[in-house]
Amino acid sequence: MQAEPKNMPVRGSSRMQKVFRNRKPDEKIMNLFITAGFPAKSETVDLILAYEKNGADIIELGMPFSDPLADGPTIQYSSEVALAAGLMMDDIFEMVSQVRKSSDIPIVLMGYLNPLLYYGIEPFFTRCAETGVDGLILPDVPVEESALLAEASETCKVPLIYLVAPNSTDERMKLVDERSGGFVYCVSVTGVTGARSGDEVEQSVNRFIERVNQNITRNPVLVGFGISSHADAMHISRKTDGFVVGSALINNIRENYGTEGWMENHLKFVRSLKYGELETSENTKRS
Amino acid sequence: MQQTNEVAVPDTAYNFPSKNGYFGKFGGKFVPEILIPALDELERQYELASKDDSFKKERLHHLREYVGRPTPFTFCERLTAHYGTGRIYFKREDLCHTGAHKINNTIGQVLLAMRMGKKRIIAETGAGQHGVATATVCAKFGLECIVYMGAEDMKRQKLNVDRMRLLGADVRGVESGSKTLKDATNEAIRDWVTNVDDTFYIIGSVVGPHPYPKMVRDFHDVIGLETEAQCFETEGRDPDYILACVGGGSNAIGIFHRFIDKKHVKLIGLEAAGEGAETNKTAATFSKGKPGVLHGSLSYLLQTHQGQVELAHSISAGLDYPGVGPEHSHLFDTGRVAYRPVTDTEAMDAVKRCSMLEGIIPAIETAHAIAWLEKLMPQLSGDEIVVINCSGRGDKDMGTISDYFYGSNNK
Repeated sequence: MQAEPKNMPVRGSSRMQKVFRNRKPDEKIMNLFITAGFPAKSETVDLILAYEKNGADIIELGMPFSDPLADGPTIQYSSEVALAAGLMMDDIFEMVSQVRKSSDIPIVLMGYLNPLLYYGIEPFFTRCAETGVDGLILPDVPVEESALLAEASETCKVPLIYLVAPNSTDERMKLVDERSGGFVYCVSVTGVTGARSGDEVEQSVNRFIERVNQNITRNPVLVGFGISSHADAMHISRKTDGFVVGSALINNIRENYGTEGWMENHLKFVRSLKYGELETSENTKRS
Repeated sequence: MQQTNEVAVPDTAYNFPSKNGYFGKFGGKFVPEILIPALDELERQYELASKDDSFKKERLHHLREYVGRPTPFTFCERLTAHYGTGRIYFKREDLCHTGAHKINNTIGQVLLAMRMGKKRIIAETGAGQHGVATATVCAKFGLECIVYMGAEDMKRQKLNVDRMRLLGADVRGVESGSKTLKDATNEAIRDWVTNVDDTFYIIGSVVGPHPYPKMVRDFHDVIGLETEAQCFETEGRDPDYILACVGGGSNAIGIFHRFIDKKHVKLIGLEAAGEGAETNKTAATFSKGKPGVLHGSLSYLLQTHQGQVELAHSISAGLDYPGVGPEHSHLFDTGRVAYRPVTDTEAMDAVKRCSMLEGIIPAIETAHAIAWLEKLMPQLSGDEIVVINCSGRGDKDMGTISDYFYGSNNK
């Protein structure tokens, strides 16, 4: 159980604030990662809206990059599929706009610095603000390199969300907490993203969650990297505010996409991540 | 003696990178959070080691007794006669153990790894020369060695794959992306992220996050130091021109760095234009690229209009990389070094010319620098000294060379 009082996002958007404010004491916030344009450009908006109805509290929308060095093979694969189909940065903003027509689910863009630099820092943040992006996760931009984004982020009120790792010092964790807006992303296993065995995940978590809770005091904490089931999620996030699922979600799409009723089967998996295997109609959120 | 090489360094001396790892606006540490503590520790340990005389002494000992330094400074008599102007010298890095300059760096980094108590070494390789140089020092010092290599490159450079295996390295083919050097580098970084506690990543060029570009440069600085002394001994003065090929740029920085403050020495870096710097089949980063971030640093980068990394092309696997070291980007922007493109065809012609006139079969990478003589020498008046960093020998390229000149039947 989360230690009280609950952290609230300091500079998070009102949409993000609402998610954490409305969180029930025994509830874990579920952030789902999906690569924009995977499995196809036409599916992304539908998937996001369906995820919201099936238990997702936050959407992390991946901006595909040719060389995603902080991600494992699964996310690299999904990025390659999206890029091969010609996905552009403006397509991603268009997707966010579409979602915003009917949904207030917080959307955080996750990606690598280079496509953003090419788009232009100011235009990028401006588009984020216009379309309703709630934050930005850039795994190849640690706090010491954030200076070039700070002004645009501040002006456009699109906060950066930083990561902490098991080997981050207490000082760094405090710095990350100070600079992050929305939540702090806690990397649970030393390693790149990818589905891992329960044991491996379990081992690394306990060592530093305590330190995280001591040092991250201004923002909620979500734990990610390696979660592939409800049991994983509950175990890993038991002392934090919630969890992130990425590779396991993409893998599940790969297994199901193209088969009959694939979306239904996929959403069943999504519900199981948040609510466990036992399904009742009450578990489906009504929007 | 009217001049000494021990001139006092002026206050305005070139002094990069900055404390944060920047060469002007290029460089930095654009890596996942997990690697920051590792890079900080590496930086700290490297600082300590570079102030420790015993570390330097040990490094120089191995460079002398194992690598075979100092390498010769060869006057190229027939090549000089061929052009009829200037005097051409080769700095013979091709005579280093394993056949290229790369081992200057791997000796330095492996000694640092042992000093830091790391037992597991990883590396990326394109043409295989850095992989071989890493596998070699790991064999010599008894360390575990894993080399990531693009599956495509493994086909192109089978000889080097087998050399690494013979040296005891675990060569892991990389099937993602374009299956070449940039993908091998992604994979090596992923390995490092996963095994950061016990693993030392030996980067093969002056690329990557700080402190790698500085550290790799420092380990290759010996090339320029020797060149300066040897040229002085032979000619009584500094060279007028220094030419070197640039992929990531380690051999070029190695020979240039010592001369950056000597403005009378013109420095020219030759990048691989592939089928032409204006075509899509090129690795000419400065001719065609824009500043961007790949593999941990901000530098010039070949990229699409969406900021995706573009595939490089060069007949030389060692130059087939879409990025370039951040220090070169700084030297390009400030104009201290001139960077010029050389095509596959020009480089291959130079391989032949150099082989037949000097009895030296150069690596195709190196041949890009040799090819520039065609443009440079006719402009000279007569007594200019031109030094080329002969960075590697061409044995590894015999498959490509056979295909190119004699048809694949003779392979």
